[in-house]
Amino acid sequence: MKFSLVVHSSPISQQSAATAFRFAKTALEAGHEIFRVFYYGDGVLVANSQIAPPQDEINLPEMWQALAKQYDIDLVVCIAAAVKRGVLDDNEAKRYEKDAANLAAGFELSGLGQLAEAIALSDRVITFGA
Amino acid sequence: MSDKKSILIINQSAPYGSNKARESLDVALTCAIFEMPVSLLFIGDGVLQLLNGQQPEALQTKKHEAMLTALPMYDIDCLYVTSSDLKQHGLQSEDLAVPVKIVEQKQIASLIQQHDTVLTY
Repeated sequence: MKFSLVVHSSPISQQSAATAFRFAKTALEAGHEIFRVFYYGDGVLVANSQIAPPQDEINLPEMWQALAKQYDIDLVVCIAAAVKRGVLDDNEAKRYEKDAANLAAGFELSGLGQLAEAIALSDRVITFGA
Repeated sequence: MSDKKSILIINQSAPYGSNKARESLDVALTCAIFEMPVSLLFIGDGVLQLLNGQQPEALQTKKHEAMLTALPMYDIDCLYVTSSDLKQHGLQSEDLAVPVKIVEQKQIASLIQQHDTVLTY
């Protein structure tokens, strides 16, 4: 089955952000496909490359990056939600005249149209952290 | 995107305590722009999004009610609310800013079944 996930929860303060990751990993290992992960609301913070969790805590940004690399998953971050939370790629950093870009490798900033497309092209869309 | 999947968006959050209501509306409008049929179900504190006479000016935030009245322009006409949630909040249909279909709680399951995708905010 082809799944897409919508992740609303902060990778730092909400359990459901980690649940989303475990769901994706388990589904992939069971032979399912993840078409896209769409990060929305505080979920976009996962794409901040400056996140530095303590060593005895999980590092969700790195875990998603590794999973996406292994299975070739599309990790799309809502651009409007990201920009207002200070998650910027090179283009947006320039546009808003900020000191630096901080979008982590493997993630892409894009619009809500990517969520609409994921809904259209996936068998199931699962929301985490509603 | 030839596939026109129908979408049910379940709104369970109050209009101003978080930005969930606003995020939900942005998704609804985007999907409508892509010509996907969108229905909205308001449950729990979500029914408060529908209230008449919202005055969020003191919060320096946009009026949610005003955005809801724009929904018909995007062909979003199916707004559902359960009678028990209205009753629990002491509301009647006259208290709402937009026309809604009032359903019984047990009909929620069939609403979910009638749509291809369900999103929750």
